[in-house]
Amino acid sequence: MSEILTLNRIPLQDYAELLGEGEIEELRALAKPLRGRSMEMINSTAVGGGVAEILTRLLPLAEELELAMQWNVMTGGEDFFEVTKSFHNALHGAPYHASQRDFDIFLAYNERNRTKLPLDAEFVVIHDPQPAALIEARAPGSNHWVWRCHIDLSHPHRAVWDFLEKFVSRYDGAMFSSPEFSKQLPIPQYLFYPAIDPLSEKNQELDPEFIAEVLARYQIDPQRTILTQISRFDRLKDPVGVIRAYRIVKRYFDCQLVLAGGSASDDPEGAIVLKEVLREANNDPDIKVLELPAWAPLEVNALQRASTIVIQKSLREGFGLTVSEALWKKKPVVASAVGGIPVQIIHKHTGMLSHSVEGTAYQIRFLLSHPEIAAKLGERGHQHVKENFLITQKLKRYLTLFLSMARGT
Amino acid sequence: MNNAETPFEFVTVSYLTRIGNQSAGTLAELLTGLEHCSDASIFHHTFQTLGSHHFLTEGFSNDFAQWVLADANRDDLAEQLAALDVRDYVSIAALRGDLCRVVGEYCKAFPHFAGQSALERFYFCESTEVTVPLGRSARTLDEFRDGIAHLSHAGFYFHFISSRLRLRLQTNDFSHWLADGLGLRTLADSVNRIDIYTNTLDSSREKLLRLIDRERRRV
Repeated sequence: MSEILTLNRIPLQDYAELLGEGEIEELRALAKPLRGRSMEMINSTAVGGGVAEILTRLLPLAEELELAMQWNVMTGGEDFFEVTKSFHNALHGAPYHASQRDFDIFLAYNERNRTKLPLDAEFVVIHDPQPAALIEARAPGSNHWVWRCHIDLSHPHRAVWDFLEKFVSRYDGAMFSSPEFSKQLPIPQYLFYPAIDPLSEKNQELDPEFIAEVLARYQIDPQRTILTQISRFDRLKDPVGVIRAYRIVKRYFDCQLVLAGGSASDDPEGAIVLKEVLREANNDPDIKVLELPAWAPLEVNALQRASTIVIQKSLREGFGLTVSEALWKKKPVVASAVGGIPVQIIHKHTGMLSHSVEGTAYQIRFLLSHPEIAAKLGERGHQHVKENFLITQKLKRYLTLFLSMARGT
Repeated sequence: MNNAETPFEFVTVSYLTRIGNQSAGTLAELLTGLEHCSDASIFHHTFQTLGSHHFLTEGFSNDFAQWVLADANRDDLAEQLAALDVRDYVSIAALRGDLCRVVGEYCKAFPHFAGQSALERFYFCESTEVTVPLGRSARTLDEFRDGIAHLSHAGFYFHFISSRLRLRLQTNDFSHWLADGLGLRTLADSVNRIDIYTNTLDSSREKLLRLIDRERRRV
């Protein structure tokens, strides 16, 4: 059975105070021609993960605009989610041995969900590969189906992509987080950015006393420079590279490094990476390796706000919303030029991009030497996020897409 | 106070970015892309990017210049591309012609740089425009001022920047209506002189409102 999710109301007026009345009036104007027309979002998980986090905030906003937007979650057994996890990794370029059994499991669950989900809205948005084959249920008529891909498809496993492409090419459009991730497809492809919610616990303003309390809890000195990377313990986030960059910076500046990520206890690979990180840290008292609970938005918020510079030294990245989170808090950011990061960091305008450990260290040293430039980058970064990567902008993009499809433009 | 016969209708705009199938890894490939991409792509990387990055007032002019600077590392060419002012163009064809001329001349003068790989590729995208009326109009200068004060960034951008292409005139919707609707030609000229490269959309709007206020005090 599908899950129809009910979510808390978020008054639009709260956003108007942050963004201005004009922006909210514009959302209302875009929503007006879509009132009474049905929209359906479908993904494969109700909690956890970026897509669910975004939809949790998007739906109440749509409701505020009197839009009939529904969110349904497809269901599947353990075997289905094992297969889709393998697909997910394979689409990111990980080794995978393609088996007909996996494809059959994938198709069987999609077929089962086709009979349970409504799938009759005028605008249907399917998120990620798991429900991609639901397109088979598309009734003849004028409804519009689009596929939103949140993952990096730049180097996909050939067999998995070939299998999925048969379904994707039947949609009316596909949306990717970066032009690099787009594919040769016979359908229009659009650039759609993930988004942060400025009113969520992860991004809202915090009481300075709470920030001080969090720093004290983790024995971080607020009087000294704090360099921070918030990421799960994953080799693709290069936490060891961050420590090496910090060591170079440390030769010139007194500083502390905070590496904070979700607990690695239920992630075997994460636990191995965490050990590598601790080995590299070598008991340096100024390196704080923090295993946060899986959902610790206020702590993440506090650590970002307390940081002097935020780092995101990923080797590969889907989008890297932690960058937007830091920019929203007006923090100078030094990040790798991979995946969706260059969309957020316009080099020397909204942050600094780097391509190596040495480059990362150099950009950090440069910003520590020029706090006035660091402050300016943070200020512009905040504007860039306000203009492009907030949940209100994301809703605006969806409304624009639906209007464009309805008008046949 | 004057009443215009034809009211000014405020609208807003929203853009979808469509990913094209061309990309460039060298200056020579950028030139090929510029020659063959759609008009919507030239618009996206020049006019539209000015609207979406309006808060950058130092050294950011268009996506081509930024890529040449940050990824192809050719500061001198980036400067020339950044110097192309969209206000000088009333057609995409003319703008494309100048972009191709600048990049082409550079590649000819420095052939060893033309084939050099950039750090990251440039992806040609296009804008799909959707406009919607805001349900607000103005017949007097007071109503006009009020409407401008309440516009979103996108609405202001639509009337003040992208309107040049629509009108095919070296002016904008605001100046056009001030001159034609209210007969305020001096004010219209002053509004048209506001520098959109050294101002953000917010500071451009503030200047515009100050000019209108000065006119209101005068009459």
